[in-house]
Amino acid sequence: MISVVFYFQVHQPFRLRKDYSFFDIGTNHFYEDHHANEMILNKVADKCYIPTNLMLLDLIEKHNGKFKVSFSISGVALEQFEKYNPYVLETFQKLAATGHVEFINETYYHSLSFLFSRKEFKEQVELHKKKLNDLLGVKPVTFRNTELIYNNELAAFIEDMGFENIIAEGANQVLGWRSPNFLYRPKGLYKMNLLLKNFKLSDDIAFRFSNQGWEEFPLTAEKFASWVHATSGNGELINLFMDYETFGEHQWADTGIFDFMRALPDAIMKHPDFHFNTPSEISKLYTPLAEIDVPYYISWADIERDLTAWLGNPLQDAAIEKIYQLEKAVKKSGDPDIIHTWRKLLTSDHFYYMCTKWFSDGDVHKYFNPYETPYDAFIIYTNVMNDLIQTLKKRALIEV
Amino acid sequence: MFGWEFPPIISGGLGTATYGITKGLSNNGVDLIFVMPTKKGQKFETPFTIIAADEVHRIKKYSEVIARISVSEQKSLRQSFTIAPYFTKEIFEEFITTTQNKETIKKLYYDSKGIMRFTGNYGKNLMDEVYRYGLIGEILGFSEDFDIIHAHDWLTYYAGVAAKKASGKKLIVHVHATEFDRSGENVNQAVYDIERLGMENADKIIAVSYFTKNIIVTRYGIDPDKIEVVHNAVDKNRKIEQFGIKKNVDEKIVLFLGRITMQKGPDYFIEAAYKVYKVMKNVRFVMAGSGDMLSRMILRMASLKMLDRFHFTGFLKGMEVERMYAMSDIYVMPSVSEPFGISPFEALVYDIPTIISKQSGVAEILKNAPKVDFWDVNKLAEWMILLLQNEDFANEVAEKSKEDMENIGWDNAGLNIKNVYSKVINQ
Repeated sequence: MISVVFYFQVHQPFRLRKDYSFFDIGTNHFYEDHHANEMILNKVADKCYIPTNLMLLDLIEKHNGKFKVSFSISGVALEQFEKYNPYVLETFQKLAATGHVEFINETYYHSLSFLFSRKEFKEQVELHKKKLNDLLGVKPVTFRNTELIYNNELAAFIEDMGFENIIAEGANQVLGWRSPNFLYRPKGLYKMNLLLKNFKLSDDIAFRFSNQGWEEFPLTAEKFASWVHATSGNGELINLFMDYETFGEHQWADTGIFDFMRALPDAIMKHPDFHFNTPSEISKLYTPLAEIDVPYYISWADIERDLTAWLGNPLQDAAIEKIYQLEKAVKKSGDPDIIHTWRKLLTSDHFYYMCTKWFSDGDVHKYFNPYETPYDAFIIYTNVMNDLIQTLKKRALIEV
Repeated sequence: MFGWEFPPIISGGLGTATYGITKGLSNNGVDLIFVMPTKKGQKFETPFTIIAADEVHRIKKYSEVIARISVSEQKSLRQSFTIAPYFTKEIFEEFITTTQNKETIKKLYYDSKGIMRFTGNYGKNLMDEVYRYGLIGEILGFSEDFDIIHAHDWLTYYAGVAAKKASGKKLIVHVHATEFDRSGENVNQAVYDIERLGMENADKIIAVSYFTKNIIVTRYGIDPDKIEVVHNAVDKNRKIEQFGIKKNVDEKIVLFLGRITMQKGPDYFIEAAYKVYKVMKNVRFVMAGSGDMLSRMILRMASLKMLDRFHFTGFLKGMEVERMYAMSDIYVMPSVSEPFGISPFEALVYDIPTIISKQSGVAEILKNAPKVDFWDVNKLAEWMILLLQNEDFANEVAEKSKEDMENIGWDNAGLNIKNVYSKVINQ
């Protein structure tokens, strides 16, 4: 038996106003571009979230629960659904109610907190867990860290927090000659199960689907299913992990992505050995094959599969270091607004916007970047941060 | 040029500004006829003619003009002469009654020699005097030989408009202050009406700041394209409060404002700032402007991790520039090579002590300003600290530097005004 695991990532950051200038520091505490956030959320809802959720509901019903998927929805995305488009949330609630959809825990604010503050990281994971329970009535047992950032230490920390499964990128530098199509165990642990993304097959859908220059274009459900079937005999699970916005947003509806997805369950289950499962089912069906040692951080971003999309240039490093320095003062305030505001500034997207490595992945970065240059992103971010610092100073939470 | 005050007769900033402007214009080769209400028996030493309104015999001048020109011209002159001064209904009616009774005119306006009285003050009969000054403007519009009319503040707008109607020449009104600056929201309607009349009849308006320009646009409904901004060289009244600006941060601000290019030495500013940053808490640095070195400067600042007290504003324009200057405590121009460099003057207008590089032309004029070699970031940092920690000394440096710039500053303002003249004449 071979299991196909779909995991979709849903995330929308609270974007900052692009006109927040030096002159606003100390006078203007409205940081977010509500208009843009609302507009983008509704646009993506219309193109992706709503039609794809409805399609998945259909497929789950049609296959009597044999078709299953899993989601990780960041807390800030859930908040924006509540605020701007409750119907999207409603369709996710319907998916949860089918019992065939697993929801995965992450950091509420889609942050890089594990790298900077374990205390903050833990709090954000708990906040997200609570949010999932409140909105969707689920108790997650699987964890994925922001952008699939992962190492041995994270796995151990997450096991301590009571999770059973963790998701990571099947990066070449980690797997080497080994296949991502098995269940693994993080180094030094005995209970935790590690699911690694099959980036080849995942990216065939997420990135290459509509690429007319690709030799496999056009990709049909049958062709894709034949690649999945070809793993028969040398694998137990195929982990297809991707951004949910692949459907309708990165790959527009007119590329045929919805028709592809609609036909895929049948095409894959045509082969009797193949099933769909969620991460928590996987750990009950299979035993980890081997230990995987990841001493340094990996992620699912860019071709490097490392942290350089968010960290490493002086803009990113200075900004993130400074914002985490405020943790103590922010929490001492006990003011939920200040804490929430600060935490929204921890969202990884802010640092992604400051990325200067345009050459290899510039296109992708540009696509997701509301700023003209990483320098603009940095300046807006630091202006906002300085206003927050002013507020903390006024409340005597930071020494002047 | 119509003014109300001229040194040694001055009671406010207007006289000083008018003096500076006439000097700046003269130094730029502009010939002037300066008109003022009265000389009060004072002596004036100027390279141009001054006409006092209370020395003009209107009837005599009129006869002179009549004698000089042809009959057909006389006819049109007669027509405009009787029409020109009617600015408002009230004045029109007053004029009708007074012209019909010459004795009343005499009693109201003229002394025994047939010359109108002017005090040149701002007393009870100011409105009356402003109107009479308008009549003088009209006759001078006929009698004098000139290319353009320039009127300073509302007191002289009647005169300017009347001279324009009489001569057909272009009119520039110069707004040093508006009624909103003087009276807040409780404006004197009569003054406002005159200001508006002047602005509407002007071919171009010169505002002393973008702040003033903004008022002219929003409060007087004037097309912004009609307004040019020429900063007066030294204007002690332009303080932060006057702009309605509240400084948004408590710390002192050290400012770099200019193009962010190699020539301007922004990198030396950052290195010096870092030295100060490490030893002083109560200071922020602002780099305002744009240029090909901007991204490198942002990276450098981020590497030095000064982001909690070093800010980039991008390119600033108009009022933002004024606001930035008004908020700053020290201005630094670390240019690597600068033929002249006008920005320290701008800074000094706001009483900001200014540190300049020895490699700038302006260093020759600002003898009392602290000067450093552009590459000497240690010296630059030392100067910043000295000025930041010693307010009295900083004020003294600013004061002395302003004395240095006073003359040359007005030349610059004069040149800018001359350019406005050319533009208006050729438009």
